[in-house]
Amino acid sequence: MTVRLIAFARARELLGDRRSIEVAAGARVSDAWSRLLEAIPDLSEVRGVRFAVDGTMSEPDRVLHENDELAIFPAVGGG
Amino acid sequence: MMSIDELALDPRAVEDRVRAPGFGGVVTFLGVVRHVDERGRSVEALEYEAYDSLALAEFDTIAGEAGERFGNVRIAIAHRVGRVASGEVAVVVCAAAVHRKAAFAACQYAIDAVKARAPIWKREVYADGSAAWKANEAHA
Repeated sequence: MTVRLIAFARARELLGDRRSIEVAAGARVSDAWSRLLEAIPDLSEVRGVRFAVDGTMSEPDRVLHENDELAIFPAVGGG
Repeated sequence: MMSIDELALDPRAVEDRVRAPGFGGVVTFLGVVRHVDERGRSVEALEYEAYDSLALAEFDTIAGEAGERFGNVRIAIAHRVGRVASGEVAVVVCAAAVHRKAAFAACQYAIDAVKARAPIWKREVYADGSAAWKANEAHA
């Protein structure tokens, strides 16, 4: 199934033009992240990576569904 | 009460969001881009990037928490994104309460929480043209 991707800060730069990833049915956020790390090893340099699914902060064990939007970003630091 | 925008911030306009009859104390915090970093390098600007929808939701959550802790308070948060030159305002937090003590406490709580939790990132752009993403500094 296809999961849409968005990313911010350093993660956005490293993700480049990639806008989606294919994962198996029932895959979790951590599975998608593993696939991405295989494809783009430099993503491992993203500090304190966090995830959101469809606009809600999500833990790595969150189960993904077809066409979900997975957001990937480093530890935050506003202000 | 909450906003994320590329335009220059007007602190008075943010204050106006929280001012209301019966709220006798209004505290405004301005976060201003420093001209040097911790290592003494000249900083021309910070480039801010936000996950807008999540950041705005987090601002609302923070305001709710401030209400639970400090009682009847009104909180407004305005954060700038894009390039913000040194000396310019990057974030405005206003807190209004019936009395000053709660207004000060709520304002400090809100800016600390924004720093620690809002999905907003910043890249320092130095005078020599180089740039670096900044790590979270909860108490900067």
